[in-house]
Amino acid sequence: MATKLDKVDVVVVGVGWAGGIISAEMAKAGKNVVALERGDHRDRSDYIGQKDELKYDSRYEIMQPLSSDTVTSRNEIGETALPIRTREQMQLGFDVGGASVHWAGATYRYWPYDFEMRSKTIERYGEDKIPEDMNLQDWGITYEEMEPYYDKWEKMAGISGEQDPLAPKRKNEWPNPPLKETPPLKLFKDATSNLGLHPFQIAAGNMSQNYTNPDGQTLNACMYCSFCTRHGCDFSAKSDPIATVVPTALEHDNFELRTRAYVRRVLYDSGNQQATGVMYVDEETGEEFEQPADVVVLSAFAFTNNRLLMLSGIGEQYDPETRKGVIGRNFNGQYNSAFHGARGFFKNKRFNLYMGAGALGAAVNDYAADNFDHSDLDFIGGGAIELRQYGDAAIKSNYIVPSDTPRWGKKFKEDSLFYAYRGLHIWYTATAMSYWHNYLDLDPNYTDEYGDPLLRATYKFGENERNIGKFGVEKCREIMEEMGADIVEEDALPEEFDHVYAGGHYTGGVVMGDDPETSAVNNYLQMWDVDNLFVVGGSAFPQFGSHHPTPTIGALAYRAAEGIEKYMDEGGQLAKAKTKSHKA
Amino acid sequence: MVDKDQNKGHTEEPENASRRDFLKKSGYAAGGVAGGLVLGGLFGQFDTAEEGANSDQVEQLQNARTFFKRREDFETLAYASERIYPEDENGPGAIKLGVPYFIDKQLAGYYGYNAKTYMKGPFQPQKSGEYGLQTKLNRGEVFLHGLRKMQEVSQKDFGSKFAELEGEQQDEILRKFEANEIKLKGVQSSIFFELLRQTTIEGVYSDPVYGGNKDMQGWKMIEYPGPRMGWANEIDAEEFLSKEPMSLKEYQGGNL
Repeated sequence: MATKLDKVDVVVVGVGWAGGIISAEMAKAGKNVVALERGDHRDRSDYIGQKDELKYDSRYEIMQPLSSDTVTSRNEIGETALPIRTREQMQLGFDVGGASVHWAGATYRYWPYDFEMRSKTIERYGEDKIPEDMNLQDWGITYEEMEPYYDKWEKMAGISGEQDPLAPKRKNEWPNPPLKETPPLKLFKDATSNLGLHPFQIAAGNMSQNYTNPDGQTLNACMYCSFCTRHGCDFSAKSDPIATVVPTALEHDNFELRTRAYVRRVLYDSGNQQATGVMYVDEETGEEFEQPADVVVLSAFAFTNNRLLMLSGIGEQYDPETRKGVIGRNFNGQYNSAFHGARGFFKNKRFNLYMGAGALGAAVNDYAADNFDHSDLDFIGGGAIELRQYGDAAIKSNYIVPSDTPRWGKKFKEDSLFYAYRGLHIWYTATAMSYWHNYLDLDPNYTDEYGDPLLRATYKFGENERNIGKFGVEKCREIMEEMGADIVEEDALPEEFDHVYAGGHYTGGVVMGDDPETSAVNNYLQMWDVDNLFVVGGSAFPQFGSHHPTPTIGALAYRAAEGIEKYMDEGGQLAKAKTKSHKA
Repeated sequence: MVDKDQNKGHTEEPENASRRDFLKKSGYAAGGVAGGLVLGGLFGQFDTAEEGANSDQVEQLQNARTFFKRREDFETLAYASERIYPEDENGPGAIKLGVPYFIDKQLAGYYGYNAKTYMKGPFQPQKSGEYGLQTKLNRGEVFLHGLRKMQEVSQKDFGSKFAELEGEQQDEILRKFEANEIKLKGVQSSIFFELLRQTTIEGVYSDPVYGGNKDMQGWKMIEYPGPRMGWANEIDAEEFLSKEPMSLKEYQGGNL
């Protein structure tokens, strides 16, 4: 029997960027907030002395252990899905800070086109441009409306960047100047300039200088140590929740963080269409608790947000047969259709590639969003072409070899030693679309340690993913050739989604919009069906944008925080629903 | 004193002949390549009698099998890993780098016992690869199945133990596993091979604290400098900077 606790104003489920931002904003606004986090409370001291490739990059130390629960996966609707069992196969954030502790820091705003992809595609190319099987949707919010929230997130996070020559002119400068330019970045910028493209330094969640954010949290200048993505920062030089919004929230007595609290249900009063709180298990004792609250916020990563709604019976589950229902609909993400490009090997040059930072890099956005004419192209959307210098340790370096290198033995050893630090990779951060046949629901066969069904992902590529990948690889090859590599190799493009959930860019399923028939939340991420339930995070993306998702998740969290305050003052729905038939 | 104990170990082990054989066949024992140095190192990982320095003795006391019970399994592992990452003019191979001990230690911990892996059924092990690891066997069991089958194939195809074969013969067997031409119970042979290959390379290039990369020789070969506070002053350098490596132990400030 669950122990019922005292009611609070707001209960937050999951403390990554989204939950951390909501926690900080609600705490600052004087609300009584309880944040429930499944993992432990880690901070900077957990990462000092931890520059260890095997532990973090090969064994995924700070990713969610999958022993209790995971996601099951399949391509086709009729198939039996299998559980993703190992962390080699799926990397999810864990502990306080979530995936934002191990993120790399690459920061791009989405484009005006990305937020109104359907309207603007029709406007420029006509409705026929949109394939029949694609659920292309506007977000119910415009870039102009998002701009102040991006600005707020960027200042809180202390992003280091410079104006992208093709992007909308920034109202405010990036809070910090860009990171240093290294020889590989310079090579990329020179080559892309020669080709008439518009290179710039990628904006980074790695600090180019010491910085104090508007909440008074201090971040230090990045040391370019290379132990960055998949690692927590030992120097508070990477912008993450444990260096920013979590300490901000913890400064307030009206905020409480409870860790090792595994939320199993949102408690729901169907008569009044109100969430009444959540039920969770203290994973250190096995005790069950009910935490009542006036407002419930789900901010526990896209997968968990979807699964908790399904387990709690809130909202209508999407059914691909009838194409009705919204929970689990428009599941999308940058899987193995994105991040392909070209590799170049330089026989007479070695770069200091063991140095680096997560978001140290250069990019061009000439092929992002709708910045280029798609009239004669067999896809819509786009992405950045990037060269990144993450910093590779020895295990990783040894795999960066030309494709004709044997996989083991004498010649493998010789070649892998020779080519270490000689290989550069550029890739296309191609968008990924949503389709009627890709969705999330509960798995009929596999359960977690409490006996609850796992989440099931059904996902396969559309033609857009295949075609955009091919386009990106060709563009990357041209650039790599201009960079003067002795060997240039195009990445092999996959035939189909391979059930590898790497990179953390999994989104959708509880998408935002202005039509309750095709979206689950409004543009404050408030559920259409349940006024006091906010579902915050990448789960709100109707389809993927041109770039890495984090800044947009951060901006949407600030938008949601504003909405929650507004709801607590005024009550009711914060946005007007427009019902229209997309396929009329 | 220590030497005596190690000598005792030496006399108890019947496989020395096969190791000498290996050395002879590989041309190392002929004295041509690096002579006694290589020989001492290779034996050192198993018998340790030839080396006398104190630091080496301490390190060698940490090199005992904790996961593998049968010496034969461990020996098959050692010679297989050596074929994946062989000794050559660039420097030591897997055995001298301690890779077999690295793998043994990995399998003795949470990784080998799949403690952070979803292990509920139903299982479809034949879907491993397509869906990542799908075996009911944990990684340690996969290794035992694979290594014993390698020994069996070796006896059947060549009439002797894997450790006693010519290098080319060993490669032939490894290639069969790699191509999934060998049937194993509960796991594809190619999945076993990939684990063997992956952990061998990890043993060469991970920090010495895990039992491989002996004396940071893996890092020296690939010119990897190990962990540092940062590279803020060097990050924009034009030339490649080759640095003496630093271990995690030194980086953390040494002993408490």
